[in-house]
Order: sequence, then C-alpha cells, then structure tokens
Amino acid sequence: MQMNSEQLIAAYRGMCTIREFEERVHKEFATGQIPGFVHLYAGEEASAVGVCMQLGATDYIGSTHRGHGHAIAKGCDIGAMMKEIFGRQGGLCKGKGGSMHIADIGKGMLGANGIVGGGPPLACGAALAAKVKKTNSVAVAFFGDGAFNQGTTLEAMNFASVYKLPVFFVLEDNGYAESTASSWSIGGHNPVRRAEGFGIPGLRVDGHDFFAVYRAAKEAVDRMRAGGGPEFIHVEFTRYYGHFEGDQMTYRPPGEVQEERNFLDCLKFMRARLTSSGLVQASVLDQTEREVSALIERAVNDARAAAPPDPADLLTDVYKDYAGELA
Amino acid sequence: MSKKSFRAALNEAMRQEMERDPTVIALGEDIAGGMGAKGQQDAWGDVLGASKGLLGEFGRDRIFDTPISESAFIGAAAGAAVAGLRPIAQLMFVDFFGVCGDQIVNQMAKFRYMFGGKATTPVVIRTLFGAGLRAASQHSQCLYPVFTHIPGLKVVIPSSPYEAKGLMIQAIRDDDPVIFFEHKAMYDDVEEVPDEPYAIPLGQAKVVRAGGSATVVASGRMVKFALQAAEAAAKQDIACEVIDLRTTSPLDTRTILASVRKTGRLVAVDEASPRCGIAADVSALVAQEAFASLKAPIQLVCPPHTPVPFAPTLEDAYIPSPSRIEKAVRDTVKYGT
Repeated sequence: MQMNSEQLIAAYRGMCTIREFEERVHKEFATGQIPGFVHLYAGEEASAVGVCMQLGATDYIGSTHRGHGHAIAKGCDIGAMMKEIFGRQGGLCKGKGGSMHIADIGKGMLGANGIVGGGPPLACGAALAAKVKKTNSVAVAFFGDGAFNQGTTLEAMNFASVYKLPVFFVLEDNGYAESTASSWSIGGHNPVRRAEGFGIPGLRVDGHDFFAVYRAAKEAVDRMRAGGGPEFIHVEFTRYYGHFEGDQMTYRPPGEVQEERNFLDCLKFMRARLTSSGLVQASVLDQTEREVSALIERAVNDARAAAPPDPADLLTDVYKDYAGELA
Repeated sequence: MSKKSFRAALNEAMRQEMERDPTVIALGEDIAGGMGAKGQQDAWGDVLGASKGLLGEFGRDRIFDTPISESAFIGAAAGAAVAGLRPIAQLMFVDFFGVCGDQIVNQMAKFRYMFGGKATTPVVIRTLFGAGLRAASQHSQCLYPVFTHIPGLKVVIPSSPYEAKGLMIQAIRDDDPVIFFEHKAMYDDVEEVPDEPYAIPLGQAKVVRAGGSATVVASGRMVKFALQAAEAAAKQDIACEVIDLRTTSPLDTRTILASVRKTGRLVAVDEASPRCGIAADVSALVAQEAFASLKAPIQLVCPPHTPVPFAPTLEDAYIPSPSRIEKAVRDTVKYGT
C-alpha cells in the first residue's frame, strides 16, 4: 500500500473536515439554532475517509443516522450539508431531510438513514444494479453495532453472499448502540466470525488507525472489483459525543471520552505518523487545518444567513408526477 | 386482441416491458423457481404462475429468484431503482409486508421527499391480496389502505385482465414506487385483451357502468361484485353507476364527485377492513365535498372488523357479497320513501 503525499494530505484534510464540521455542529446545536435530532461522527473519522478513499463517483454508499462523516467523505457539498442541518434554503435536500437524511444520489450517497439497519439492503440494490449494468461499481454499507443485530443487516449479508454482490459491509462499532454496550448486545461477541458464517471474509480493524482502515478497505474493494463478492470489516473506536446531541451519556464511565481524545484520537495519530516519518511537513498540515477551519466557518455563516424554506415547498418533491391532490 | 387470463395479461405486460427496456428486472421468491435445485428451472414462475417463461427469455441476469428474505430483496429493489434500474419485486402475499415494512414505508416511499427531489425510485412491488381462497388470516388480507396512507407510494388495484395489463405497463414505466395489488381470486378471470402494449394512466377512475340512481364505488374484485349487484338492481329499475377506482393513490376525486353530484347517492364498497379503509375515505370525501347533493345517507359495504377466517362458511360470510351490495343500493334508493 503506497499513498503519495497528495493522497496523505487529502486523507488528513478529509478527517479534519469531518472533525471540524462535527465540533461546530455540536456548538451550534447548543445555541438552539439547529432543529431536530443530530448524531455526531466525531472520533470515527478514519472509517469514513479510509473506506471512501477507495471509491469513485460511480460507487455507492449507504449510511446511518450518524451520517455526516460518510457524506463528507463521499464528496457531498459542505455548505449545502450545513444548510440542510440548519433546515435552510440551499440545503442539500432543500431542508426536507435534515441531519438524518442527508443524501446526494448523484454523488453515490444513498442517504443517511433514520432507521437503524435501513441501509444495508439498499447497498445490496446498488450493487445489484452494478452487476446487471456491468459497471464494475461497488457499494458500501456503513452500519453500526446496533444495526448488526437487525434482521435487515443480516438478510442483506446473506443476500449479498448468495449473489456474490460487490457489497462492502463496514461495521462501525463505537461501543454503544444508543445507550447499550456492543460488548453485551452482539451475541457470540465475534462479529468477524458472524460474517464468516455468511461466507463473507472479515477482518477486525483498529478504527483509531487510519492506515489500518485504509489498508483493509483497499484490499477488500480490490477483491470485490475483481469479482470476489462481498467483504466485511469490524471497525472499533468510540464516539466523542452522545447517541444524539443532548444525550448526557450517564451510561459511560466518567472520563472515558477524555481518555479517548487524549490517547486514541485518529487525527493525532495520523498527524504524528505523517510528521515523524517525514512524509508530510507539520506546516503543511497546519495550513490544511486553517483551510478546513475557514471552510467550516464559511459554511456555518452561510447556513445562518440562508432563508428558511418557503412553506409552499411543503407540497413539492413527494412524487415525480401525481394525478391526485396532496392537500 | 385475444382472450387472456388475468395471469396471462400480467405476464404479457412484464414480458413486453422487459423486451422494450433492458433496465427492467424482476426479483422475488420463486418468481422463476428451482434456483439452486436439481430439478426443473422456472418450476413455478412465481407462486401463481404470472412470471412463468420470463426466465427462459431473459435469463438469470434479469430474473432473480431470491432467498425468503423480504427485507433484503424489497430493499435491494429500492436501492437498485435509485441506482438506475426499474425493478419489479414480487412480495408474494401482501400479508408479508410486515417483515419488510421499513424498506417500503420508511425507505422507498420517502427518498424523493427526504432527499429534496433528487431521488427517482421506479420500483413496482407486485403483491397478491384478498380473500376467497380459504387461505386464512395471514394470506388473505387487502392492506391496500395501509399503503394508500403513505405519501410517496402509488397504489394500483386492477379489476380485470384488461386493466391488469395496462396498469402494469404504466406501473413499470412510472418513476415513483408503485404497489400493485393482484387479487388472487381473479387470476383465472378471462377477457379480451389487446396483444400490443398499452398503458392506463394512474389516477383516472373508470365508469364501468353508467346510471343515474346511485353511485357504487369499488376496486379490484369488488368491481365485479358491484357490477353483479348493479345487474340485479337494474331488474328493479334501479340504475347504478359503478366506478372502478383503479388506483387508491392517486385517488380520482373528480370522477367520484361528478357521479355523486349526478346520482345523489353513494354506496362505497371495500374488501379491506372497515376502519380507516378506502370506503371510509371515499365517504369522507363525498360528505365534505358533495354534501348538498346527497339525498340519502352514505352506505358502506365492508367486511367486519375481524381477521379473515379459514372455514368456507366463515369466509363466505366475511367477504362483501354482490347481494350485500345490492341491498345497500336498494336501501339508499328507498331512503325517505
């Protein structure tokens, strides 16, 4: 696995963008400017970026309720995403979806998903389309440890297995399904073995280590493009915020998050690796961070300034065409 | 033009659209039959034989027998649709939607709206419905009111072989998710059906019998029963106007209201359960929009609020019959006299 300095900087930029985006959404949510439910991806950046760097524009991803990171890594527009989360005009989904439904089909982003386990069957469909149209595209199903116990996910794994569909099942295990520990809720306590039970090769990956995710994802996607059928990885890390914004996280031991931030931060690891190895100079990473900060600052300011959707838009986009009355 | 069964009409519609458009695929449990087995392939052609022969013509690259795994293949149909195919997924019996409801109700129905108009989801879910085959509580429900309730879905209920072919062709060509209800007791109904492809627009009800005494609104198999009731009523000099809704979403309110404004009487017939059903919905529409035209209380003809029973005597008592419809017609015409 060789990444050139351009790719390394792009990876760092992607992870920084997600982190900065999420930290800002956290702050803005606390001011009461963001309506609804928001689930933050901070702490998990290595997974979205490490996996999506293997994908092109014609590849698809299915995402989760914690979907901002996947959307950013798949190339969704940052400004339009922020407007969407604020529920404003110019939002990626015109303010009709919000944080939980950010999608951009044209970019291969099949949507964040408000239903735990909603995405894996959809990823199977995108992979089926690739197979029928012979495009050599692949699909990724990102899902959490909660979704790993949903029938939809298990059915999708079997479905992909019997048709040998190019679906990459990426289990993002952040330790908690809402408030319930994944160490308790996953029967058998061995996700890789569960995947292997479906005939899907699997690998456990340290989600704090971008390079570990990148390497595992690259090998899996390469095998899928060569016709090898579905793949699975179990990515372990933690989330820095609650299940949703406002979650007091009393189910977590005191100090757990701070310890993770201090000692297991994927961004700090990556920065240290890049600078200590001499692959990228610290000043370049500093510059990247400044650019990302400016980008997110602009996105927040633009979102705050954007007008709310016109109530007349309530009735549009329900159907492509409809002969009946909607109101 | 030739005589075709409901089953053959559906088969022809799917075959002609698959020939016309290479992005149309079909998937579902046993839609060919025999997948992975050592015996005959295309053994079933779906559980009642409507897709028989498609495997031979289009092969395993476009006809997908699936594991019994409705969440997976109904969801895959939705995902494949947004990725550029036009899948026809067969949910064998609509009763089984309970195991894949999320993929229909929360996923495919809402993509377009949630994603700000960026998603197009041209899926057809074919599904068997209705009582009459002694199939008991888990294989006999109608459930179309459930789907009619969901914005983003279109709901089609053909009433004859001719209707089945034209509505299926339109459903496949349609760019929104369509739930296509096939009454299992109508599969052997036969009538003249054009050989060439034709599409019936969704959202246009059909006046299948004109008359001035009372409006009878029905769908699916109940259209046939309503026509039998109208024939019997005609012998008593009662001229029923029978409307086949064809689709419950979109609902053709204009045709319903125009008829009731003419006749002043409504008999709303529905094979689905009475609470929150189509008969109730049509009645509310008429009460709100055509109250001044009504000369008599609206009559609803529905089954009781019970599961569908098994024993023939029980099931026969359950299903709205032509004679019950006829009695409702007589009651509304006699009202106040």
